[in-house]
Amino acid sequence: MALIGRALRAGYGGCAVLDGVDLTLEAGRFLCLLGPNGAGKSTLARALCGLLAAGEGASVQVDAEGFDQLGPRARAQRIGFLPQEVEPGFSFRVDEAVELGARVAEPRPDRAKVLAALAAVDTEHLAERRLDALSGGERRRVLLASVLAQEPRYLVLDEPTSMLDLEHQVGLFEVLRARCDAGLGVLVVTHDLNLAAQWADDLVLLNRGRIAAQGRPHEVLTTEVMTPVFGSRFRLLQSEGRPVVVPR
Amino acid sequence: MRTRAFLLGMTVLAILSVVFAPGWGSVSIDAIAEGKRWLGPREAWTGDTRIFELRLSRVALAFLAGGALACAGAVLQTLLRNGLATPFTLGVASAGSFGAFLVLAFPAAWFATQLGATFSALVFALGSLALVLALARRSQRVDGLLLAGITLNFLFGAGVMLVRYLADPLRLAAMERWMLGSVEALHPSEAFLLLPWVATPLALLLLLANELDQLAFDEEMAAARGVSVARVRNLGLFAAGLLTAAVVARTGPIGFIGLLVPHAVRFGTGLRHRSLLVGCFLAGGTLLVFADLLARSLGVGGRSSELPVGILTALVGGPCFLVLLLRRSTR
Repeated sequence: MALIGRALRAGYGGCAVLDGVDLTLEAGRFLCLLGPNGAGKSTLARALCGLLAAGEGASVQVDAEGFDQLGPRARAQRIGFLPQEVEPGFSFRVDEAVELGARVAEPRPDRAKVLAALAAVDTEHLAERRLDALSGGERRRVLLASVLAQEPRYLVLDEPTSMLDLEHQVGLFEVLRARCDAGLGVLVVTHDLNLAAQWADDLVLLNRGRIAAQGRPHEVLTTEVMTPVFGSRFRLLQSEGRPVVVPR
Repeated sequence: MRTRAFLLGMTVLAILSVVFAPGWGSVSIDAIAEGKRWLGPREAWTGDTRIFELRLSRVALAFLAGGALACAGAVLQTLLRNGLATPFTLGVASAGSFGAFLVLAFPAAWFATQLGATFSALVFALGSLALVLALARRSQRVDGLLLAGITLNFLFGAGVMLVRYLADPLRLAAMERWMLGSVEALHPSEAFLLLPWVATPLALLLLLANELDQLAFDEEMAAARGVSVARVRNLGLFAAGLLTAAVVARTGPIGFIGLLVPHAVRFGTGLRHRSLLVGCFLAGGTLLVFADLLARSLGVGGRSSELPVGILTALVGGPCFLVLLLRRSTR
C-alpha cells in the first residue's frame, strides 16, 4: 500500500521542473518534502496528486493502480491535496467549505462528519463563520479539515503550517502524526526543517528538480547534505536526539 | 431548512405571479374566470379572454426569459469567478443584438422582419458562443476568457453602431425598441418555442451542480477532488451561453436580472448550485413577470404606451444591487 511516483518529469508549459524524481509514500508513513525555493516541491506534490502530467516515461501509482486506470473521482477518494494557496470564489461558510471535501467520500455527508473534521483541527467553534472572516491561521486549519473530511488514504499538503502560530503548528503536526499512526500516508511540503525533523519518519530533500537526499531526519539534516543545497548560513544543534537547525 | 423555506416561498410567489399577473394591467380582468374560459371552446371567448391570452403569452415568456437569464448569470459568476459577471459578459448578447440590427436595418433580404431578426440574433449569438468556447479550449485562464468577452462586446458594439449609422433613419426607432428589451408575445406558443432552448441547458447545469460547487470554491482543489475542470467549464459556458443566446434572440437584451438575482438568491439558498439554480429560475422568472406587469401598467410621461421592460429592470435592479452590496460589505 503506497503512493509511488516513478521518473517524474512534471513541469509547466512544456518545461520540465522535475528531473526524473522517484518518490514512494507508504501508508502509515510521515514524509516531509524539503528544499529551497524553486526546487520543485509543489510541482512534485501536484504530480503525485495527478494535477500535473507526470511527464514522458513517468508513472504514478496509488495502491498498485496507475492513474490511467483510476478515474479522477477514485483518485480523489484516495489522495487528499491541500494546495499552498486556496482562493474561494465566493464567501463560503466554514461548514459549507468542509462539506465540499466530505462530498468526495460520499455524495450527501451528514453534519456530524463535517463537525468531526473541524474538531480534528480545533475549529469546531468556527463552523457557522464565513471563511473570509477568519484569520489566516484559522482559515488554513479549516482548509485542512476540508481535506481530512475527504477521508483519503494519502494526504499531500503543501505548506500547511504557513500562517499558523507556534501552538497551532505543533497541534497540526500532532494531528497529522496521529492520522499517520492510524494508517494514513502523509506527505508535507514545508520550509520548517525543525518541525519536519521532530515529526516526520523520513525527510526528502529536493534541489533543482532532483532528490539531493532522502532518509531519517538525522541522515538528511547534516552539514554535508545541507550545505550544497541551502548554503552555509545555519548551525546544526541536537535536541532530544533530533537535529535542530538554527540560522547563523 | 432555511434553503427549503426560501425555495418554498419562491415557488409560491412564482405560482401566484403566473396565475394573477394576466389579470392585472391597464385594464383589470378576472384572471381565474378568463383562464377557465380560455381553456374552453374558442366560440365562448370574450374580449377579456383575448386580453387574457395576450397577457398569459407575455407572462409565460417573461417567466422563462427571466429564469433563464438569472441562471446564466449565476453560472457565469461561478465559472468566471467574478461576482460582476452577467449573461452579457461573454459578448453573446452583443453578437445577438448585432444580428438583430442587421435585419432590422436592412430587412429587404429577409422574408419576415420580426422572425428574421430573432433568427439572425440567434445565429450571431450562437456564432459568438462558438468563438468563446474555442477560446476557452485554447486558454485555461479565466481572465483570458473575460478579456475575450470584453473584446467581443466592444467588437459587436462597434458593429451595432456601424449598422445604426448606415441604416435608414426611419428604421432607427425599431432598432432602439429592440435594444430596450421586450417580452411582447401574441400567443403562448411563443413561450413554448423558447422552452426547449431553456430546459435543455438548465437540465445540463443541474447535472453539473456538484462540480460547479467545487469549482466555485477553488479550481485546484476542485481538480484534486476529481472534477474535470476544463470539461465542466466548457459545458457550463455552453449551457449559460445557450440560455443567453436563446433569450436575447427573442426578447432583446434585458439587463440586471442576470446580475442581481443570483446575488440576492445566494442569501436564501447558500452556495449550492442545485438550490441556487432552482432559486434563480424561480426568482428571475417572478421578477421579470412583475417588472413586465409594472411596465405595461405604467403610463410614462402621459403616454398610453408601455414602458420597455429593459428600462424598468435596470431602474429597479440598479438600486437593489447597490443595497445588496452595502449589506454584504457591512456583514
